[in-house]
Order: sequence, then C-alpha cells, then structure tokens
Amino acid sequence: MKITIPKLSLVVLIGPSGSGKSTFARKHFFPTEVLSSDHCRGLVSDDENDQAATTDAFDVLHYIAAKRLARGKLVVVDATNVQPEARQPLVELARRYHCLPVAIVLNVPEDVCHERNRGRGDRTFGPHVIRQQNSQLRRSLRGLKREGFRHVFVLDSVDQIENATIQQVPLWNDRRDEHGPFDIIGDIHGCCDELEELLLELGYVKHTTSDESSLWGDVNYVHPQGRKVVFLGDLVDRGPRILDTLRIVRNMVRYGSGICVPGNHDIKLLKKLNGKNVQITHGLADTWAEIEALPDETRELFRKDLAEFLDALVSHYVLDEGKLVVAHAGMKEEMQGRGSGRVRDFALYGETTGETDEFGLPVRYNWAAEYRGQALVVYGHTPVPEPEWLNRTINIDTGCVFGGKLTSLRYPEQEFVSVPAKQTYCEPARPFLSESQKAPNLSAQHQQDDVLDAADVLGKRIISTKLDRTVTIREENATAALEVMSRYAANPKWLIYLPPTMSPSETSNEPGMLEHPAEAFAYFRSQGVPQVVCEEKHMGSRAVVVICRDQVATRDRFGIREDEIGIVYTRTGRRFFNNADLERSFLERLRLAMTKAGFWEEFQTTWACLDCELMPWSVKAQELLRSQYAAVGSAGSASLQRVLSVLEQTAQRHIGDKEILDALRVRFGDRQSAIERFVTAYRQYCWHVESLSDLKLAPFHVLATEGKVYTDQNHVWHMETVARLCREDTDLMLATSYQMIDVTDLDSTARGVDWWKSLTARGGEGMVAKPLNWINRGRKGLVQPAVKCRGKEYLRIIYGPDYDSDENLPRLRSRGLGRKRSLALREFALGLEALDRFVRQEPLRRIHECVFGVLALESEPVDPRL
Amino acid sequence: MILTITTTHQPATDLSYLLHKHPDRVQSFDLSFGTARVFYPEVSTERTTVALLLEIDPVGMVRGRGAEQNSLFDRYVNDRPYVASSFMSVAISQVFGTALGGRCKDRPELVTTPIPLSVRIDVLPVRAGEGFLHRVFEPLGYTVEATCHSLDDQFPEWGDSPYYSVTVMGTKTISELLTHLYVLIPVFDNEKHYFVGEDELDKLLIKGTGWLAQHPEKEQITRRFLKHQSSLYREALIRLVEEERLIDIEELPEPQQQEESLERPVSLNDQRHGAVLAALRASGARKVLDLGCGEGKLLRELLQDRQFEQIVGLDVSVRSLEVASSRLKLDRLPPRQAERLQLIHGSLIYRDRRLEGFDAAAVVEVIEHLDQPRLAALERVLFEFAKPATVVMTTPNREYNVMWESLPAGSFRHADHRFEWTRHEFQEWANRVSGQYGYAVRFIPVGPEDETVGPPTQMGVFERV
Repeated sequence: MKITIPKLSLVVLIGPSGSGKSTFARKHFFPTEVLSSDHCRGLVSDDENDQAATTDAFDVLHYIAAKRLARGKLVVVDATNVQPEARQPLVELARRYHCLPVAIVLNVPEDVCHERNRGRGDRTFGPHVIRQQNSQLRRSLRGLKREGFRHVFVLDSVDQIENATIQQVPLWNDRRDEHGPFDIIGDIHGCCDELEELLLELGYVKHTTSDESSLWGDVNYVHPQGRKVVFLGDLVDRGPRILDTLRIVRNMVRYGSGICVPGNHDIKLLKKLNGKNVQITHGLADTWAEIEALPDETRELFRKDLAEFLDALVSHYVLDEGKLVVAHAGMKEEMQGRGSGRVRDFALYGETTGETDEFGLPVRYNWAAEYRGQALVVYGHTPVPEPEWLNRTINIDTGCVFGGKLTSLRYPEQEFVSVPAKQTYCEPARPFLSESQKAPNLSAQHQQDDVLDAADVLGKRIISTKLDRTVTIREENATAALEVMSRYAANPKWLIYLPPTMSPSETSNEPGMLEHPAEAFAYFRSQGVPQVVCEEKHMGSRAVVVICRDQVATRDRFGIREDEIGIVYTRTGRRFFNNADLERSFLERLRLAMTKAGFWEEFQTTWACLDCELMPWSVKAQELLRSQYAAVGSAGSASLQRVLSVLEQTAQRHIGDKEILDALRVRFGDRQSAIERFVTAYRQYCWHVESLSDLKLAPFHVLATEGKVYTDQNHVWHMETVARLCREDTDLMLATSYQMIDVTDLDSTARGVDWWKSLTARGGEGMVAKPLNWINRGRKGLVQPAVKCRGKEYLRIIYGPDYDSDENLPRLRSRGLGRKRSLALREFALGLEALDRFVRQEPLRRIHECVFGVLALESEPVDPRL
Repeated sequence: MILTITTTHQPATDLSYLLHKHPDRVQSFDLSFGTARVFYPEVSTERTTVALLLEIDPVGMVRGRGAEQNSLFDRYVNDRPYVASSFMSVAISQVFGTALGGRCKDRPELVTTPIPLSVRIDVLPVRAGEGFLHRVFEPLGYTVEATCHSLDDQFPEWGDSPYYSVTVMGTKTISELLTHLYVLIPVFDNEKHYFVGEDELDKLLIKGTGWLAQHPEKEQITRRFLKHQSSLYREALIRLVEEERLIDIEELPEPQQQEESLERPVSLNDQRHGAVLAALRASGARKVLDLGCGEGKLLRELLQDRQFEQIVGLDVSVRSLEVASSRLKLDRLPPRQAERLQLIHGSLIYRDRRLEGFDAAAVVEVIEHLDQPRLAALERVLFEFAKPATVVMTTPNREYNVMWESLPAGSFRHADHRFEWTRHEFQEWANRVSGQYGYAVRFIPVGPEDETVGPPTQMGVFERV
C-alpha cells in the first residue's frame, strides 16, 4: 500500500501492543520524528513499562509534539492509541498547530501480537490486555474520520504492513520553488477594464490561446520576461465585467502566467454554484446576472467549469523560498504554509474581534500590528486608500470597484503600479476614504511605532547583520540599556544610528610614548589594506545629527509629530542640547548651510544623518570636567605645592638622609610640572559658550540619506563632501584636515608621522586612521573600521598626569586591545545595520533592536582608557 | 597627601618620643598602595613639626584592583594621589600605630597628657561643605581653619572645588588626635578604598569609644564611615552615561537630597501612600500593579492588605528592585505571601504584555521623571495596552514649591525631575488622556492644602468607563 501524507502532519500510529508500531516507525521515519510513549515512560520513571508513569509520560509526549509542530516538524506518535480518549488530545494538538492529523492503523491478527509479546521478557502483562486493545481498535476503526483524522490508512495484515511505502508530499500551498518575479494584484471585483489596462502597464502582452472551448474565450496575457501575476482573490461581484475578469484569470492560471488565491466572494459564489442556499447580497447578484445571461447551451457547462476552477483554488501560497506569502485577507505567521479549516478561514476572512462598528460591519482584528514574521505578507480584502507597509505586511486592495484604484505590487522590486477606477461602480457600506485618513497623518507603521514592545529588546538577543556577523546581546547588558533608554534617551524614532566605540592603535615602544602612528599604519598593512585616510581627531563630544529639509520630512519619514526639524544626540542616544531653542537654532543654521550647498538636490533626499564631533568638550562634559579633571588639577596643584614647601623647609635643617630628601624634591618637582601640563591639556578643550558661534561642528561621515547608506563611498569622498558643506558656514562648522597615506611607502608613512606630530604639538588630540574604504576583510574577518592614535599630552587626561614617568609608562604599556576591538566591530556592524534597516523603511522595532544593541554592548566592561 | 602635626608643648621635641620617630631622619614605610614617609620640617624645643607624606601609586592601584573594588577607581584619573583619604587613615594606623594606640615605651606619662597640637592637611576633600568640617571638629574641642581651593582659576564659573587646606588645633593627647583623624578623614571624603565589610563596624565602635556616642553628628559620621560599595550594576550604568552625571533616584548625594528633606516635615510620603492605598482599596482591585515601585515602600503596604491578591512591582532600575527585594525580604516570606508579589524589570515607555489584565495600577511620583515628550509613549503603554480598570497617579504640584523657602525659585524638588506640573497642567493632561482612552478621572489633593497654591501633591484617579 502506498501511503501519502503531507510533509507537516501529525501521524498517529494505532495498534495493540505487539502489532509492530515501533518497527514500522523506525523503518519509515527519522528517530527524532518518532515520539514513543514507552520511551517517554522511561524518561520520567527509568522504566519503559511502568504503567503508573503513563500520565506523566503522555504529558511529556504531548509537550514535545507541540514544540515540534510549532516549529513545523513532522511528528509520529508511537503509542497504542486504541482508545478515542487517547487520540482526541492528539487531534486537538494537530488542530492547534494547523496541521493534518493522519491515522495509520496496524490491524494484525491477535495471535501475532501475542506471539511477539511472548518473545519479549519486558512485556509481562497477560494476554487479556492484547485482547482488550484489539477489540478497542476494532470498535474505533469506523469512527476515525469523524474524530477528525483527515487521512486514515488501515493496514490489515503483516504483509500489507511490510510492503507499505510512505511518501511525504508538500502541501498545496507550498510553492517555495516559485521565485517570480511577481506582480501581485488586489481585489478586482469585475473591474476588467482596469485589469486589462493594468496588465498592459505592467508589460504583459495579450496572447490568443489555442483553447478550442469557447467557454473561457481565447484571451491570455503573458509577460515577455516570464513574470507572473498573483491574483489575491475577490475576482467577482459588484463590478461591470465579472465573467471577463474570470476568463482572463482562469486562462492565465491555466497557461502558467498567473497564480490565484480565492477571496470570500469567490467562495460564496462557489457555494451558490454548488446549489447551496446563500444570500444574494454584496454584489453576488451582479455575478449571477452575468451567468444567467450566458447562452442556454453553454451556461450549465460554464457553471460546472467555473465551480471546478474555484474549487481548485488554494487558500494561500508560500512563495520564493518562504520569503513571500499571499492570501486574500492576510496570513498570520503561525499559520503560514499550514493547512486546516482555520487557516483557510483566516485566508478568506481574516479575523474579527467579535464587535461591530458604527456601520454594522465586523471590526477586524489587526493581526498585522502583531506580525513579527520574516516573510512579506501581501493581501487585500479590506479597501484602503493607499497601500501601506506595516511590519512587513501590506494590503493592496485600493477599492477599485468603489472608485479607488486597482493596485499591483511588483515583487521583489516592491514598487506599486496602479490604475485609477474609471468610475465608482458600487457605493461601499463603510466609506473607505474616511475623513481622518484623507488628512495628512502618520502612516500606519509610524503610528504603530509610537510604542515599542519590551519583548523586542529584553532578554538575550541574537541580531543578524548585513556584515554577516551575528551579534549576541547578553541579557544583563540589555537590562542596563533599558534603563538608560528609558530615563535618558531621546524619542527612539530619531535614533537611527549609534556610533561604535573605537580602539587605539597597538602600544608603541618609542621612548616616552604610549601611542604612535607607526603602529596604526602597521596594523592596516598587516591586514592587507594599502591606503589609509588619517583624519584629525577633534576633542569634543561625539554627536550624531539627523536633520530634515522641512517639517513634512520629519513627519513623513520619521513619524514625528512634534514641531522639530531634526536632532543632535550623543553616543548614548541622549539629546545633546538640554535647551530646545538652542538646538533648534543650531539645526536651522546647519539646514541653511545644506540648502545653500545644494545638498537636498544633490542627494535627492529630504533628510540626512551625519556623524560628527561637536566642540568644545566642555559643553557636554561640563560635569565630568568639574568633578574629575578640574578636581584632580585643583587637588594636585594645591597639595603638591604644599609638599614642595614642606620638603624645602626640611632641607633647610641639614639633617641626615640628605640624598633621600633631594630625590624626593626632584620627584615631587616632576609631579608638579606634570600636573601643570595636565591642566594645560584639558584647558585646551574648554571654552566659554555664549552663543551658537562658540560651538563648532566637525562632521566626518555622511552616514545616510533617503535610500542610501554611504558605506560604499570611501573616506576621501566623505571628507570632501563634508568640506563642501562646511564652506557654507565656517562660523559653525569645521572641515576636518586629513592625509592620504600609502602604508607600503615609507616616505608616505613618515609624512603621516610628521603630520601627527605637528597636530599633537599644537595641542590636538591626535588622529583617526581609517582604511580608504569602509568595509575591509582581512585574514581574520572584518578589519577595524578606524583606529585612533592619540597625542602624548592628550593621553595625560586619559592615563593620569604622571603616566609617562619612567616607572609608570612601562607598566601602562601592557594593555590588551582584543576586547575593545571585538566590541568595536560588533558595534560597527550593528550601527550600520540600523541605518540599512532604516533606509529600507523597516519597522522601528527592527532599527531600535540594533541601536539598543549598541547601547547594551557599551555597558560591557572594557578598559575605559582605551 | 601630606599631613603635618605641630606642637608647642614644652619641650616640643617630645613629639618625636610620642610618635616614636627619629627627628633627624627621613623614614620610609612600604604600604600596599604606595609609600609613606615621615620627617620633621622643624625641630626645636619651642615648636616641632612632623610631616607624614603619602605617595600613592596610581598605576598599581588601578592594575591591582579586584572586581569588587570601588567605582571611583574606574575613573583612572582621580584625586586619590593628592588628597587625604582612607589611605591616610591606613597610613596613620601603620606608621603611628603605637601613638594611636596610646602607648609610649620611653615616656609613658606623656601619652596621657593633653598637649597643644595643630594638624594641617593638604588637601582634605570635604564633600558636604565647610560647615560640616566645623560641625564635626568643634564639638570635639578643636578650632578649625580651612581654605578652599577653586576648581580652575581660568574658569571661575566652575566654582570651588571640594578640596580644602585644613588646620585643626586643640589640646589633646596624641592618641586622641590620631584617633579622630583616623575616623574622620574618610568621613569627610565619603569614600573608602577598600571593601567595607562587617568588621568595619567593630573598628568604628572601638575607635569611637568615649567620643562618638555624644557627638551631635554621630549619625552622619557612622553612615559615611560605613559607606558601602556601589553595585556592579551601577558601575555598568556609569559607563553608559559617562560624560554626564548619573542621578540615582533613590540615593542622592546629600546636597541634592532635596525632595525628601523638603517633604519630610509634612511626612508627605506617608500621606501620599495613604491616599494611594485608599484609592486602590476603594476601587475593589484584587490584582494591582505598582509601576515605578522603586525600593518597594508602597509594595510593603500593599502586601499587608489581603484585598490585594496579586501584586506586581515594576521598575526600570534593577538596583532599586534589588533593594526592594531585600527590604521586603522576598526570599524569606512564607510561600503563600511570596507568591502574591512579583518584582519585574521593565520600562513604562515600552509596551509590556506582562502588565495586561490587572484591576488597578499605582503610578506614584513617576511621570515627572520622564522627559515630557516621552509621556506620549507612557500614555499608550498604560491606558491603551495595559489598561487596568483603575489608575491612581500622583505627581508634584509645582505651585506649592513656593511654600518651601529652602527651594530656590523655579527649581524642581528633585534633581531628576524633568518637569513639574501645576494643577491646571496635570488636569488638562489627565482629562485629555481620559477622553482619548475611555477613562473618567477625578482629582484628589494630597497633603496640607494651601488656599492659593493648593496641595503639595496632586493625585488623579482614572476609572475605565
């Protein structure tokens, strides 16, 4: 016997003890697919035959079965299953996970069972048990279908069991091997004029079929590049040319240029065709009239053919390796690619909340708002004024028959092509262009994004990024990030990027030095990177600027209703300015400069995200300066002065241990000059800020504009682009000086070293060395996107006033960069992923996940002096 | 880092006997964190001065630190090498141990004789202001002279530093003086470089014998001497806010501990909790949320009322939850009690399914800690998604702030408050939110109501209609 079962099903083996179920299961299924009650008894009690453990054993069995089914895995239950009450929970389980329960009955003569059990020492129960099981089995046989088993296979002899073969077939809705490209068309409702126009617009060519039967006409459409149309159902009712629509769709499906799922109207028509008593409402009369108008000789035949066509339609499809799902009314993630009555109902009608609205129509449950699946879901069913993405789902029924338009979504391009309705063919019961929707408002996605879900950020998270690094966020780090995000961060809608941390170059062994450009150049050379862009490192605070051309862009692109044109935020997502007016005028100045530079036109964008340094340091780090740097300077100067004067006084006394005393005076004299240099060092990065002109913004990356993340442009491009911008307002902005260095040319690297020396001698912080291109892969994966090399005096602020003394420096040189560099790469990957997702217009939670991840990683303990 | 002790006792040279240190030598003592040196800048029968110079190795200090050590050293550039701190106390006990213990082999009678002594410390960090210096030393019979150093002459607007050059004078035995210094130096500094364990209390009791119990500032001295280390969690947080100050909502350094000290005289906190409890009881709620539960003061009262069958406390600060858990002794509650209460970490601006299905929520003194634009998210999280039948919300009434003379005009009650509302502002917001999400709200004053400026706290009780 050939047994055919769907790939995803719950197979229930039924047969008394000794009927050969385990042998059968072993022969036809993988060991992991088979859940045996005996095995589960053993798991919970150490004894596979301990009948007292039966209840617990089945709990375990059902639990594992549920987990497997939820993951879309076949389950075979190897237990006697001869009683209806044993089978009933399994049927329910299959229903809950929307897969088909299959019964395979091993109905062998009773004495075979007795014989086999006698041969097994562990089966000590008497022959009456088998007898009873057998009679239970026989009583069950007729009722299996009624119990809910969709397929029942009864194997009546040992021979039949031995010769049985099992074939697993994909479900009808599994069309993963269809890769398109597709043109998905929403509810047509007999608007055939618009359909024909749309097909031509989409590039389909009218063909004549060689179909002899005149029932379906000879009109077919084919795309020269082999594209296929996916019809989302509701072909019929309401519109003027219903049968013409059906003819085109049927022919395209038949000849391979179309795929069709049914809509609720089509199914209601099918019921009517099958003679069921249905209400002739919601436009069914129009369809019926067209059918009635057919010539008498073809009408019956057409009806029969049409019923066959509609009956064969599959309620939803999973296409393109699971990346695309189409259904008339949508499809929840847990139902995709599954088959059950409830899946079919969802595909046809969606889900309702049980309430009705003021028009007496059922209120739909907004399943798309909860959708978290990876597959795009394209559907129709409820007319909307404009198609709008929400969590990777989109409704493209734009109400053509109600005077809207007929819309198609091109896949994978994700472009819309639509044709306006030639007229309003039908008045909708509920106005689908309600007043509030006509007014400019936030998109559905933006409205949903007003509130993020804690479940999308908390706990251990694993984030895949485009730089093919999977980044793991540990739970305790996410915890710290939640507090900072909640208490300090700006509106998450603005936070489309957080900058990564940056590692210093390897430690230098030059006398008196901790860092030196030679190591930075050597690092990139060792990674196979020939050209390095060295940029002056400004000592201010990192600032990310998001700026919009106008308030419309703020609303439409970022979904922010407040009267804002952008934001300046810190590397932890906090607003840079506490004063909203100051921020506003700062952004206005910047926006003016961008407008004068022709930025918006050049990049065809309404917004931009810039990575910058904002000076002076004292603006943002005021508190840190006071509590730490100035404090150390003040305490150090005061106490060292006193120490030196007491030592001086002691030296006047001509006591013993003169050498010790002299050595102390030298030592503390050195420490006093070190503290003076320390104070000089931090003072350079502080100045009074009274007006905007006292601030200096030094952008160094144009990170992103509409549709683009500029990681494909090298750093010279970034420097030049930014410099052009800076020229428009040199009072506010500062172009960063930079050098191109060829690390394989010693003259060039010597030039780089000299340049760094002159920068740091003037009090500069140092430089950042970046490989010419953003993304480089070395022998061990990604190369650091940037390495900093800080000046000797600047490092005093970092390592302490006396860091370069003979006793301190050698000890400070032993520092490990591994963690810092690993962190830098993970944060780099996450930051760029956030931007990529933003320009792809993904839901906020997908962007926020990455940004939140950077913040969480920043709470990992790393030597903060690096 | 340098401390000098001068005496004008006759003959002043007795000082070297008392301290057991030779007047013509420079003596070095190796300590775990660096080196202490003792020498005499002046020696005569009229006047003798000894110097204790402490040299701390900042690099060694950082490199050798264990994970449990003080967060202060996370900041690698710090004042420790330049100030008198707990390092100085350790040096005193190790270098002048016999004098501290009141022993002197050669001249036993000297030890018990009070002599005029003057100590100068450069520099002493006094984190609670100069007044504290006087309040601590003067009751012990000293006179104090202190000079404060500015933070940076070039930036006068940054103000004064917490560092003082301090001279303390009095007629004391050398042992008394050293004991006072040993205990009090870290008290002024309010930091300890070592892990403060159980034995620290014994140390304080022994060293404080005879003077601490009568000292008017004994509570402050004790609290600061026994200062505990901050948790690792807090360290992680500090790393995140780096350049900015981290304000602990619950534990503020004294100058900022305004809200509580302002409100204490009217025991506003008790009245607030009383009013919130009354409203929750009146609602008939059985399953209640305390959103922003902090260290669990309200939770404790909720637990005591059997009406509340299921109580969930949520806070964004893990540290607060840890404190709440230990204050409520969650691990020792009987199981039937413990299962009524659950503490969860979460945020009120993220939708959280764990908050759905409750009868009532208390949101006590929470909203003012959010940036005002973020309230929009809280509104939806609370009223649209969690939607308990009753919400009891309190927030300060800004109008009342004028009643507190110590509060500068225009400033908020708490350093972490992002806004404070007038009655009109709160009611306007509450009415809008109620209308939007299907609630009805009534307002109740909490605390002594003033005719013109109203009560110190305003409360809104929202009921779902």
